[in-house]
Amino acid sequence: MHRRQVNTMNDIKEIGCEEALRRLFEYLDRELDGTRHAEMEQHLHTCRACYSRAEFEKRLKGRLGSLGEEPAPPEFAYRIKNLLRRF
Amino acid sequence: MTDADRAFFEQEITGLLDRLYGAALRLAKNRADAEDLVAETVTKAWANFGSLHDRRCFRGWLFRILTNTFLSECRKTAPVSIEALAESRDDPDGEPAFSLFDRLHQPFLLWWGNPEQEFLDKVLQQDLQRAVDALPEVFRVPVILCDLQGLNYQEIAETLGVPVGTVRSRLNRGRSQLQKALWQHARDAGLKPAPATDKESSHASQTGEHHERH
Repeated sequence: MHRRQVNTMNDIKEIGCEEALRRLFEYLDRELDGTRHAEMEQHLHTCRACYSRAEFEKRLKGRLGSLGEEPAPPEFAYRIKNLLRRF
Repeated sequence: MTDADRAFFEQEITGLLDRLYGAALRLAKNRADAEDLVAETVTKAWANFGSLHDRRCFRGWLFRILTNTFLSECRKTAPVSIEALAESRDDPDGEPAFSLFDRLHQPFLLWWGNPEQEFLDKVLQQDLQRAVDALPEVFRVPVILCDLQGLNYQEIAETLGVPVGTVRSRLNRGRSQLQKALWQHARDAGLKPAPATDKESSHASQTGEHHERH
């Protein structure tokens, strides 16, 4: 286990801005594997420009996420409640 | 079905109703269709509840039923546009990704504040809704599944019946179009002054790279 962690750390390469921006959305979507995720984090810790961009995209994604929740109108909630009672 | 099954199902549906309704509203784009979509989803979910072996997967399973129900309705009414969801291929030679950040983050604007911050503070939910609703179906559905419903790429691929690479490509293109629409809206609303050319981004000038071009 310890050896694997050491190897993983050794696998982390320095990446440039172009590569970081190419990976940005997959990073924010948590789709990168451990090594590639760590490479992104390392780059974002050292590059102010990419960090600012990442923060912006993260917040915009958060705002979009809030569209996924909308209070159900009371009469519709009542309709669903009635539906559930019939099951 | 036992009383415990029934109680679990009812509790989960009640707890997720606002999210189900929100997702349905963005998919169907109007209240009446969204309500029918949720009602049909709940009915189908109950009918198939016995086949769900791991109840920790209930949420993802339920939202997949919601999306598939929406897609099968679309196939009845607009078979051509919805078939594109399964058939359209990556478009590597298409227009480059549009970055709202790069448009907002221009050196001359930084004199009087932080325009990205200002944009995020001022953009209204209805502006975001309008921008999502205006996306072509082929990009709108993956964006909703990823950013609004929180599905991962594999789940989106399974829901739409396409490879993961296609999901990635459509998300990129969908987000690019979404950001372009938000930028145009910001300009129309006077949130921000004159437009910039592609090469004027401050990020590009700080790093010596043109980040929009890849």
